[in-house]
Amino acid sequence: MIELLQHIVDGLSLGAIYALIALGYTMVYGVLKLINFAHGDVFMLGAMMGYYASAKWSGEAQNPSFWGAALVGILSMAICGVVGFIIERVAYRPLRNAPRINSLITAIGVSFLLEYGGQNLFGPTPNPFGILPRREALNLGGLSLGYVDVIVFVVSIALMLILQRIVFHTRIGTAMRAVSWNAQVASLMGINTDFIISFTFVLGSVLAAAAGLLYASKYPSVHPLMGLMPGLKAFVAAVLGGIGNVPGAMLGGLLLGLAEQLVAGYWSSSWRDAVAFAMLIIILLVKPSGILGRSDAEKV
Amino acid sequence: MRLRSTVLLLAALVACQKQQGSGLVGADAKGPIVIGHVASTTGTEATFGTSSDRGFRIFFDELNAKGGIKGRQIKLVTLDDQGKPEEAATAATRLIASDHVTALLGEVASTRSLWMAPKAQMAHVPMISPSSTNEKVTAVGDYIFRACFIDAFQGFVMAKFAHETLKLSKVAILKDVRNDYSVGLAKVFAEQFTKMGGTIVATESFSQGDVDFKAQLTNIKAKSPEAIFEPGYYTDTGLIARQAKELGLAVPLLGGDGWDSEKLYEIGGAALEGSYFSNHYSVDDPSPRIQAFVAHYKQVTGLVPDSLAAQAYDAAGMLADAMTRAPDLSGPSIRDALATMKNFAGVTGDISLDANRNPVKPAVVLKIGKGGKYEFVTRIQPE
Repeated sequence: MIELLQHIVDGLSLGAIYALIALGYTMVYGVLKLINFAHGDVFMLGAMMGYYASAKWSGEAQNPSFWGAALVGILSMAICGVVGFIIERVAYRPLRNAPRINSLITAIGVSFLLEYGGQNLFGPTPNPFGILPRREALNLGGLSLGYVDVIVFVVSIALMLILQRIVFHTRIGTAMRAVSWNAQVASLMGINTDFIISFTFVLGSVLAAAAGLLYASKYPSVHPLMGLMPGLKAFVAAVLGGIGNVPGAMLGGLLLGLAEQLVAGYWSSSWRDAVAFAMLIIILLVKPSGILGRSDAEKV
Repeated sequence: MRLRSTVLLLAALVACQKQQGSGLVGADAKGPIVIGHVASTTGTEATFGTSSDRGFRIFFDELNAKGGIKGRQIKLVTLDDQGKPEEAATAATRLIASDHVTALLGEVASTRSLWMAPKAQMAHVPMISPSSTNEKVTAVGDYIFRACFIDAFQGFVMAKFAHETLKLSKVAILKDVRNDYSVGLAKVFAEQFTKMGGTIVATESFSQGDVDFKAQLTNIKAKSPEAIFEPGYYTDTGLIARQAKELGLAVPLLGGDGWDSEKLYEIGGAALEGSYFSNHYSVDDPSPRIQAFVAHYKQVTGLVPDSLAAQAYDAAGMLADAMTRAPDLSGPSIRDALATMKNFAGVTGDISLDANRNPVKPAVVLKIGKGGKYEFVTRIQPE
């Protein structure tokens, strides 16, 4: 019984990170209908920037002070926001009216550029880094609750609620939804679509950086290829929940994390990734719009 | 008509190439002896490759300063395989086919050595792996040698240590199923430990590159073992140690030489303190041979040599010894000289090769102490 609870706790905490990355995927898809495969690598950049910032300032890449951590976090998120803006401006905007397959392939290209460019720039060796101070795990009658896990979970839920609020209760959110519905008509109504799309990318990249920092605190080893698997898994999570749907991304992430942990716990860890991707195939066959996604009628 | 002239032209070309080939060998006889090294100088096991390369270069630089072998200098060509088996095979092929190496050195990881070995065997180029401990590596063929002990021995050492020194009776195993080295060690450990009267209470697995081990560790915790035998590599081991501690699993981890890296403690931190692993040598060993090597290595690189550097130094020593004793530098002659090696005085011990081209030599067990310092615990001799 206690093992089952432990598997569930670990699954939710892993799922919360997938959810955080999936939020960025889903937002960009919602507005642009573009699957931004470079998202997982912006996630990596977030963790990398955090590593360099904290190594530079405190000389200690793990266990920083509260203010040190806050500073490093803000800096890393700001850099990733700028990188997200540049990626959209340079790689995606010129292709906005091209067939969708062109932007998809460009996205894969940008992803490889960041991964292998990163290998040259940062070096390929894993480095230890964690933004959250180290502390003992809570022990609740044999059930261990890592405080990093609790923070990851709470931050993910909070960011999701903030995002939901931005999208549905602010002017810029209304504009985002308008662009998502029909970019051409939105621009006729006086909405600056270029600005809205840039804003979406910046917001998504900032979220990715936050996820990267939290992920590095949970698994303290950062390297240029670290974004590959979590990026793909988050993509599965976004599709599972219904791509383009913010609470869906959250739900998809948590479900995926739970499924993976239970498979590894009761079956075999070798099946972990196989099950994750099998879930993608099944959802695409059974309910292609995802668990919370509406199946919109084709707009003519 | 046309066809026949094409065929003739081709034949002429082939003949030309052959002549050129033999001409090259003639010219080479005065130039340096080229030795190839395949290593993971980048990737998650980057320190394996860079340490080995340092060990080789220090040995060959010394040798060249003394005049080389048979009056010729040694030139070491190192190719990176990024820690990927298929890249290791490609690198081996390239060294044999385009650099015409006299001998091949590498890899550290058994999986990658296993991909390289058939290429060396086919081309009759002697290959020495400095640190691949999986039995299958030298079983590929009679041109494949190694400078380290094998998994069967390392598994035996840790089983004996767990049973006799630590007096444990319940141990869990956590192995990397994508790694021949880890699977081999786990198998031998389980057999030996059970034979000595202990029990394996749980066997869990992971795949190299995984970052989350909580599910497996939770299952292990439920069986309350006294120690966990985890024969993985250092990146995984560091993460496993931390997650085990987070789950409140306060038992020592036991492992093999794959733990040996300065990155281990950086990643695992204090969670690793009190764990043990078997290794090829200890820098604290008072033996004058080891102290002389450590001092020389420090003077050249400014670093403390890990066991991979020491193993590489010995592998290069074995090769140089065989090349000196061989009547000529052809593949078969060097192979025959290597196969008859007896009591070669290496840094890591006296090395004699058995009929399967595996060295017979002792192992040490090290404890990870406060601040990540390795403490010498005991030396275990082969039976």
